[in-house]
Amino acid sequence: MTAAVTGNGDAPLLEVEGLVTRYPLPRGVVGVFARAPQRYVQAVEGISFTLRRGEMLALVGESGCGKTTTAQSILRLVRSDAGAIRFQGTDITTLPSKELRGLRRRMQIIYQDPYESLDPRFRVRATVEEPLVVHRIGSKEDRLHEVEAALRLTGLDPPELFLDRYPHELSGGQRQRVAIAASLVLHPDLLVADEPVSMLDVSVRAGILGILDDLRRRGLGILMITHDLSTAARFADRIAVMYLGRIVEEGPAREVVGNPQHPYTKALLSVVPKRDPEQSTQPQILRGETPNPVDVPPGCRFHPRCPIAGDECRTFDPELRVPAGARPGHSAACLKA
Amino acid sequence: MSLLEVTGLHVWFDLQQGGELHAVQGVGFDLDAGERFGLVGESGCGKTTTILALMGLLPPTASVAGTVALAGENLLERGERTVSPHRWKDVAMVFQGAMNAFNPVKRVGDQIAEPMALHEVADGAEAKRRVGELLELVGITAARADRYPHEFSGGMRQRAAIAMALACEPKVLLADEPTTALDVMVQAQILELLVTLSDDFGLALVLVTHDLPVVAQVCERAAVMYAGEIVESGPTTALFHNPRHPYTRLLFAATPDLYGDEDVASIPGAPPRLDRPIGGCPFQPRCDRAFGRCEEARPVLRSVADRHAAACHLNDLPQEVPAA
Repeated sequence: MTAAVTGNGDAPLLEVEGLVTRYPLPRGVVGVFARAPQRYVQAVEGISFTLRRGEMLALVGESGCGKTTTAQSILRLVRSDAGAIRFQGTDITTLPSKELRGLRRRMQIIYQDPYESLDPRFRVRATVEEPLVVHRIGSKEDRLHEVEAALRLTGLDPPELFLDRYPHELSGGQRQRVAIAASLVLHPDLLVADEPVSMLDVSVRAGILGILDDLRRRGLGILMITHDLSTAARFADRIAVMYLGRIVEEGPAREVVGNPQHPYTKALLSVVPKRDPEQSTQPQILRGETPNPVDVPPGCRFHPRCPIAGDECRTFDPELRVPAGARPGHSAACLKA
Repeated sequence: MSLLEVTGLHVWFDLQQGGELHAVQGVGFDLDAGERFGLVGESGCGKTTTILALMGLLPPTASVAGTVALAGENLLERGERTVSPHRWKDVAMVFQGAMNAFNPVKRVGDQIAEPMALHEVADGAEAKRRVGELLELVGITAARADRYPHEFSGGMRQRAAIAMALACEPKVLLADEPTTALDVMVQAQILELLVTLSDDFGLALVLVTHDLPVVAQVCERAAVMYAGEIVESGPTTALFHNPRHPYTRLLFAATPDLYGDEDVASIPGAPPRLDRPIGGCPFQPRCDRAFGRCEEARPVLRSVADRHAAACHLNDLPQEVPAA
């Protein structure tokens, strides 16, 4: 294990502070010669949050809000432009790639589509064993034990029934379980789950979310990226709502859903369809589309679509703070909250 | 007589390796102008095959039986010859992923005008004028007709796909997972549009989706499909508050709700294969209330209340009290 990432035990599992990740836009030959200013997709524009062991944090927001870029920045799959990412107290933001290998054992990701994330030519045993082989861990026998233990953790029990199967012989839910098992064999401390159930049938989703819930109880920190507020409300401890590269509201899941403070959160919650046909709400539909993260509006970035925006919102960019109507630990970035 | 009456619809496919796959097994429902009907179920339950059969768009390996009566006329009577005069003109469809099916090198407006020319509804300047009207109807400014698909956002492309389906002024719109790939705010915009089209223009809507809450909020009535058949149908309020088939109850229980406190539970097991005969109730192996008869006899869909039907032996038990 690399010394640089051993950190101290008291620090939160993950601390993100003022993270900024931008993607440069190609200027083209003409642009370069004309000295056109370099423009950026401002995917993540200064976000901060903390994730503890045994906690599940849901990053929610619409496509393009920066939730996936946030996850990729944390995993060091993309380079950030500013801010700090501390993993178990150690700043990993600029860790040289040589040292990332040790770090990657401890942070794993599961993807949305279990039909694409598994190699169709690999049997379950090989898929789940691969991370151990890559990291040269254990003897062949040790590795089989690890593989079996991981399969059991994900409910593929008894493992012997699944070891020799190919992905095409498994259902969607079983494939996602295999993907989770493959992420667990290295005993990570942090698991990033990017829309882990959105490709699955409703009847098997709860099973997969139950596994994540169980792993959380066992002490893993889980960062779940989802556009599904109902799932976040039911399974996450905390929710961070993102809009155009910023966290606009963050707090305990119950508080954010039950007592939303930011007008964007309120609008989002109002359009989530309820199961009970009689529980019809007044959907507060925001018109238009999310502005493009290249031309971010000045002031509060939500003001062009905000139903309560005032003059000050056009010029002043609000920071996250605890609003008067919220409990400690629940914050929103809104002047009017 | 309803606008659309589907009775005893069967669809089966001849398999290459021999045998048949019975994708739709005796599906029936009816629909009036201005009504919104949901067809709900998980992947492989036959919901898409059902509406493709209504459009006469099944692949050549498929065989169809039953009747699809549009204002009393059976569209399946003589196959393609009886369906094609009504396809797009009376019954139109928004395909799953339609927003990604636009031709990238043709202007959106020209693509919307295509069905009009094909069905000789309108041409030239008249078609252009109607394209503008259709775009405005779905909430896109008419001037955008000259734009290319890549200049539209996902939500706008989905609106354009709906506009294209409406090009020949159909009476019935079949929408297959129209909001599945969309963000929740854009989903709300599209659902609002579909509701407006049925409320204001009397469009009869069949909404096919796996998303129970969407159906609960948009449709007055719905049918739950499992293994190729309708296992329960009725007013959406009754399906939620008084489900008479365990699958309906378990499907709602597997769906997290924003404000729900109860445990969200998955349904163990998987649907049966449809290429071999099913003995008893197709849901019996996964059912939490199965008893002796469920293994032996296949339950038939029968009325349990006003406009509410279910295919479950539990409803025949005298002591059965409706679940709360």
